[in-house]
Amino acid sequence: MKKIDAIIIGAGPVGLFGVHQLGIKGLKAVVIDNLDKAGGQCIELYPDKPIYDIPAVPECTGEQLTTRLLEQIKPFKTQLFLNERVNEVRKDNENWIVTTNNKKEFIAPNIIIAGGVGSFEPRKIHLKQAEQLEEKSVFYAVRDKEKFKNKKISIFGGGDSALDWALELSKFSKITLIHRRNEFRGAQHTLMEIKKLEKAGKVSIKTPCQIESLESENDLKSITIKFDDGKTEKIPTDVILGFFGLIMKLGPIAEWGLNMNKKTIEVNPENFETNKKGIFAAGDICSYPGKLKLILSGFHEVALASVECFKRARPNEKYRFEFTTSSKTIQDRLGKK
Amino acid sequence: MSKIIYKDFKGNSKTIEVENGLSVMEGAIQNEIPGIDADCGGSMACATCHVYVDDKWFDKIPKAEDAEVDMIDMAFEPKKNSRLSCQIIVSDDLDGLQVSTPEKQT
Ligand SMILES: Cc1cc2nc3c(=O)[nH]c(=O)nc-3n(C[C@H](O)[C@H](O)[C@H](O)COP(=O)(O)OP(=O)(O)OC[C@H]3O[C@@H](n4cnc5c(N)ncnc54)[C@H](O)[C@@H]3O)c2cc1C
Ligand code: FES
Repeated sequence: MKKIDAIIIGAGPVGLFGVHQLGIKGLKAVVIDNLDKAGGQCIELYPDKPIYDIPAVPECTGEQLTTRLLEQIKPFKTQLFLNERVNEVRKDNENWIVTTNNKKEFIAPNIIIAGGVGSFEPRKIHLKQAEQLEEKSVFYAVRDKEKFKNKKISIFGGGDSALDWALELSKFSKITLIHRRNEFRGAQHTLMEIKKLEKAGKVSIKTPCQIESLESENDLKSITIKFDDGKTEKIPTDVILGFFGLIMKLGPIAEWGLNMNKKTIEVNPENFETNKKGIFAAGDICSYPGKLKLILSGFHEVALASVECFKRARPNEKYRFEFTTSSKTIQDRLGKK
Repeated sequence: MSKIIYKDFKGNSKTIEVENGLSVMEGAIQNEIPGIDADCGGSMACATCHVYVDDKWFDKIPKAEDAEVDMIDMAFEPKKNSRLSCQIIVSDDLDGLQVSTPEKQT
């Protein structure tokens, strides 16, 4: 476990800009996020939508903002740990130790929580049996296609993920595509392909209906779906794949002993420290009088937090306020000659 | 100001005066009505402000756009009268509107 100066939880815009603000002060950080990519809400919820209120950037999409932030922090060669959810935070003298769901550990005097509205997790089927069979026969993502060969697969959902996987997996499995409305929302040519496969008998489509129950003896045997008109149908099924989108779950953050206000963490707006020394919160997840949930506000908050992080990580050095335009040290850190 | 009636899944109801121009979601959040989470702050990206609109009122509310209908797919137990409360804007025409919150939002 190598010691660093700050652990940033959340690779949304605020976490990423945090790397920059720490980096120009000479502090080393790591960033941890539960998603498989950086960008937080910007990349997950609105990659193609334009944002109009980033100062000096009249217009950029969620994806462009993320790409530019990543570009801006490149000089600091910061490690991003993705697909890792921070589960636990504990104290170790003057330091904090953070543990992820995959049992990775990090140690630092500072933690900046830039967790937004929580970590993104798949929405699940609300049936007890579905919970018990999760990762055995109920899945919300396809990690290893091999697992899905020569199976009877029931795919739920009406968007791109459901359609794309129905197409892909129909190459070697029997697919039933189930959706609560008659309309599917996906790329035109994918929809046409699916229709073709339906005609050929490779994919069967069931709408408008929802899942009613699962039948299993150890393994999943079948599912029962209920149509809007009240009729039900039993479908032999080995594997369920659900694509109901992602939801933000505050999750473990609520259990770290921080003062919370609904789903947000209370901070001191002078330095964005929480009630625990060395744990900071910035961006959508922090609350203080007048808080605005804007990217712009998050940038300001994490900049102030980084000053306090410096004081804790370098107790024997004096913090000097510097401009990037005029500081030789900062320009060196940015790799500018 | 218009009266909005928020009913929880157990049937308890609360009547709130909501300023015209606010959304039914904002009316709930500002008055601490439980059952509406509104994680995305009204940007139609979370479906945690999902409500069932009383049948009498459903057709009187401007129709949902495609993006809202897609988002409702993601909600907990959607029904025919499901709407996202962040997309219903309070006005004099909606005085007396009744919405019910689902058992849970996620
Ligand atoms: C549709 C939409 C449009 C918007 N438009 C604008 C706009 O025009 N202008 C504007 O300023 N703002 C806008 N916003 C708001 C803006 O996106 C947020 O304010 C911003 O994303 C907050 O950034 P953040 O870094 O604080 O959190 P987020 O972007 O939410 O990122 C938080 C990250 O932390 C991760 N995380 C949380 N908990 C854990 C954990 N325990 N372990 C690991 N990872 C964790 C999450 O997976 C997530 O990736 C919009 C939001 C939406 C939904
Ligand atoms: S508040 Fe998120 S969709 Fe309405």
